[in-house]
Amino acid sequence: MLNKKPVKLLALPALLWLGALFVLPMLLIAVLSFLKRGTYGQVVYEFTLNNYIRILDPLYGQIFWDTFVVAVLTTVFSILFGYPLAYYISRLERSKQQIWLLLVMIPFWINFLVRSYAWVIILRSQGVVNTVLQSLGIITEPLPLLYNSGSVLLGMVYTLVPFMVLPIYVSLEQMDRRKLEAAADLGATPWQAFWHITLPMTKSGVVTGSILVFVSSIGMFVVPDVMGGAKSALIGNVIQNQFLSARDWPFGSALSIVLMLLSMLLILLYFRATKASETKEGAA
Amino acid sequence: MKTWRRHTLSGYSWLMLVFLYLPIAILMLYSFNDSRINAVWSGFTWKWYLSLFENRQVMQALANSLTIGVTSSILATVLGTAASLAIKHYSLRSRTIVNGLIYLPIVIPEIMMGLALLVLFSQIHMELGKLTLILAHVTFSMPYVMVIISARLADMGKELEEAAQDLGATPWGTLRHVTLPLIMPGIVAGFLMSFTLSLDDFIISFFVAGPNSTTLPLYIYGLVKRGVSPEVNALSTLLIVSTVLLVIIAELFRRKDSKTITF
Repeated sequence: MLNKKPVKLLALPALLWLGALFVLPMLLIAVLSFLKRGTYGQVVYEFTLNNYIRILDPLYGQIFWDTFVVAVLTTVFSILFGYPLAYYISRLERSKQQIWLLLVMIPFWINFLVRSYAWVIILRSQGVVNTVLQSLGIITEPLPLLYNSGSVLLGMVYTLVPFMVLPIYVSLEQMDRRKLEAAADLGATPWQAFWHITLPMTKSGVVTGSILVFVSSIGMFVVPDVMGGAKSALIGNVIQNQFLSARDWPFGSALSIVLMLLSMLLILLYFRATKASETKEGAA
Repeated sequence: MKTWRRHTLSGYSWLMLVFLYLPIAILMLYSFNDSRINAVWSGFTWKWYLSLFENRQVMQALANSLTIGVTSSILATVLGTAASLAIKHYSLRSRTIVNGLIYLPIVIPEIMMGLALLVLFSQIHMELGKLTLILAHVTFSMPYVMVIISARLADMGKELEEAAQDLGATPWGTLRHVTLPLIMPGIVAGFLMSFTLSLDDFIISFFVAGPNSTTLPLYIYGLVKRGVSPEVNALSTLLIVSTVLLVIIAELFRRKDSKTITF
């Protein structure tokens, strides 16, 4: 057998790169979260737990809670909007599937910022919707469609729904269709077959999609920034603010560590929950 | 499936496409609107595009975006391809660990990577600018390159490489004359994808760009924050068009890729 050793070494540059520019910076954030902020926004190398104690302030609890609620709602709406679309695509002929998938993925590739801004043109007070309604004489004063939590949620779902469609489509594609035929033979209605077979069998796609959407929305600051105005502060905006305006890097780091731990914990719980119910079904 | 059910589903799916594309289409349409402030259509014009080309800041941002995009994609592709080739030969255990390291940057919130890099660069007193942007862009796009190329390598099978070695090719000879040509479409797709990611990135660039290294998305952000002007529409339209073209080209290469798998 030929010696594979030189080939194996080819991974070294990439691994060193990720070590230096991904692992190391993440560790730095962790260290920074236990340090103090100096009077002029510099970092003072002195151990403290104050940053974490400060997070217990109800103010931040509220922001974390708001972020969590928005992320959960975004995920739920993405499932509701994304599942039927994924289902439709999976039922098309092969060649059409490819085209539809590409059509769903293209908006996902277009910049978040640009896509949120497109909604600003539509929803702002002199925007497309208000202009049309006013010229039709339906309203006299522009409606406040933008810069509220509804517009933030709309923007989040709009930008993240392709994340949901793709994994659900993949799991629908991999599903054994013969089970549906068997169910139909045994007298199940299409709804019963969908509810008892298709949905449980595509749970992994829903889980993957939910994690992608949830994690993306929890750290999002662009959509709330552009579509929420000053009123909506999600944790991503607060962290960004601590780093760039307040210049409190240690506190910003602590916030982001908590954010990361919380999202990891939720993902873990979600995995557990879906795994447990899957094994239960397997045993039944 | 009953016809009415199929019609409802297909009608719904078309509505979803409208939902996904309408805002983008309206944005693009309004980049040709003569009116400066109102959403009322007051005539077709190219003037916002012309004023973009005369705007030195925009041209500088474009030049920055292209320099950073090309440099970081070349680096990410070279590093990512080499790593994918190597990882294929790893034991299951070490491959699992390495794959974890590769997938982590993809799943972690972008804001985290942005500020982690900002902290790193400030700790080693590195001035924020094009270089820090390139370093950051390689870091977030290399994992995507590796995912694409590893998938290609996994599908390829071992037969051709083994045949080459049976015929007396050295490992490097096999790599150069058999493996690399076979995965070339994947490499091109990976390069194009990392270029698209770089051209489009806002969040991470937001943290690691210096005052003199504004990229196109960062420039757009500045315009959006200052208030709506039709120039933003024109610039956004150009960014959308180039992203879509790049994605389609990358997709064509990836398809070419999967065609060669099934022979």
